[in-house]
Amino acid sequence: MNPQQETTLSGYNFAYLDEQTKRMIRRAILKAVAIPGYQVPFGSREMPLPYGWGTGGIQVTAAIIGAQDILKVIDQGADDTTNAVSIRKFFARTTGVETTDKTARATVIQTRHRIPEKPLTENQILVYQVPTPEPLRWLEPRETETRRMHALEEYGVMHVKLYEDIAQYGRISTSYDYPVQVNDRYIMAPSPIPKFDNPKMNEMPALQLFGAGREKRIYAIPPYTTVKSLDFDDHPFEVQAWDHSCALCGADDSFLDEVVVDNMGSRMFVCSDSDFCSERREAGHQSDGLPQVVVAQAAE
Amino acid sequence: MYVAVKGGEQAIDNAHKLLAEDRRGNPEHPELTLEQISEQMAYAVDRVMTEGSLYDRELAALAIKQARGDLVEAIFLLRAYRTTLPRLAVTEAIKTGEMAVERRISATYKDLPGGQILGPTFDYTHRLLDFKLAAEGEAPAPAERVDSAPDATMPRVSDFLNNEDLIELELPDSDETEVPDLTRAPLDFPADRATRLQNLARGDEGFLMALGYSTQRGYGRTHPFAGEIRMGAVAVEVVPEELGFAIQIGEITVTECEMVNQFKGSATSLPQFTRGYGLGFGHCERKTMAMALVDRSLRAQELGEDADAPAQDPEFVLYHSDNVEASGFVQHLKLPHYVDFQSELETVRTLRSEQMATLTKKAAE
Repeated sequence: MNPQQETTLSGYNFAYLDEQTKRMIRRAILKAVAIPGYQVPFGSREMPLPYGWGTGGIQVTAAIIGAQDILKVIDQGADDTTNAVSIRKFFARTTGVETTDKTARATVIQTRHRIPEKPLTENQILVYQVPTPEPLRWLEPRETETRRMHALEEYGVMHVKLYEDIAQYGRISTSYDYPVQVNDRYIMAPSPIPKFDNPKMNEMPALQLFGAGREKRIYAIPPYTTVKSLDFDDHPFEVQAWDHSCALCGADDSFLDEVVVDNMGSRMFVCSDSDFCSERREAGHQSDGLPQVVVAQAAE
Repeated sequence: MYVAVKGGEQAIDNAHKLLAEDRRGNPEHPELTLEQISEQMAYAVDRVMTEGSLYDRELAALAIKQARGDLVEAIFLLRAYRTTLPRLAVTEAIKTGEMAVERRISATYKDLPGGQILGPTFDYTHRLLDFKLAAEGEAPAPAERVDSAPDATMPRVSDFLNNEDLIELELPDSDETEVPDLTRAPLDFPADRATRLQNLARGDEGFLMALGYSTQRGYGRTHPFAGEIRMGAVAVEVVPEELGFAIQIGEITVTECEMVNQFKGSATSLPQFTRGYGLGFGHCERKTMAMALVDRSLRAQELGEDADAPAQDPEFVLYHSDNVEASGFVQHLKLPHYVDFQSELETVRTLRSEQMATLTKKAAE
């Protein structure tokens, strides 16, 4: 991940997109920032990576990245997942910018499905890859209808859905892509991050940009904006908690991935944020690295 | 001991090498040339050009070669290349009435001015595997061609109906000079017909065929007749600003289908035939016929018909017709989802234990 190690791609503009396209995207971003949580339609381009694999986030990153930026790309919290590797490589080839896996060093962080554990700063931009930008989509499949509902702030149906969950299951059953209300106005899909990450969006010092390439929408949360996860007074929003701490670094406050380690189904829990975990281990936090749930071999 | 899932970078590089090797196949056999593909796999090239929205036989052939014959992947490759090309000019509308016709048939008239011209078609072949083709043979004997006089006009079937006012007029949208470009601006609703047709022309042939078929089986019946299908070369013209008149910059082969559909009339209009339209690059009859069926279905609302079948629903059809979008999103399920899955695991476990507790309590009572 050293800068300039890979030769930049010849025959293509800096960050792949032509300057006119970048300008079009930047305009959409500016509009999105001006109306927090509102989905701005934009002329999404056909990228050399497939739809559904981050084309929206890639276009947003391509429009904002400069030669001095330091880029970090994560997928499921980790820098070394295949698609994160592929996207990071794409930008290394097309921009030659420095890439990093250190959250603190990055100026632009493109993410799929997680917000880093380490709090972000005013000098950073978080770019989310979004598959389905419309939070009301599962309640109303028609775009014409959902746009109208947003315009009229007609969100009753969403509250009914959450209420029905409580009536049926005793709790709200949405565990990721948990809807939020931004700046007391628009209901917004936070992208499929676990609801564990939702509180981090609120009053975040960093600018948060969301790109949905296939659905051709961009939206944003400006720094220090109120982001509230939808709930009820008697059923307040709550995040996931684990009975275990990370088997590698011992953290008890991070989102944990469950890893099956043998055929019997023994499991261990480790941080999903790989940089957070390794940084803690470098700082001397250690755990035994053993599975926390051990399923004994059945007696023959 | 847990081993972190590392080494994504190396794995990807190796996968690419393996792909390149597999693509080439057994090196004892000669490598395919682009000419072979574009000459002998011409319909594959036509489909890739149509759905890839780029008329370039050589690039389409290259895409097919690179995609190992996976046409949806080839369409994706061509589209991704197309985005990087500058838009130099907008051409004049092509004049299919002035086409150098290679094939022209009408199902509505036995004979008509210009005649029925079968041209190269699978239509009346018996689908028997031809084992002579397996042995690499000589070129077939040339077919006899009847050259129509170069200035012979071939009026459209719809023009005959037009003369009697039996079919609706096809007029350009009022004052609209700017042609919409779906590859530059997002789809918006209500979508005008030009936008819908553009979407359908780029749309997946299989999807459109299934939708068109569904209208024939009763899900939004449109009473279609294949008024005319014609295929051949047309001139492409642009009007350079400094000249002010049209000059021909090239020639493309297209297939055009005009469906003639029944319309019972309404309180304000007499009974009249209506139209469904299909157009694609190269020879692509199945695609253009399906497109014409779906185009007409999507006009249900405008014509005051019931619109409750899938093929009559513009949002349903236009949002799901693009195979590059669909293929990407369907296949993105291959990407890691462990964070979401972990969240769901936690929810299901909690719900189960809560319900289990309730059941045990009930059983105890």
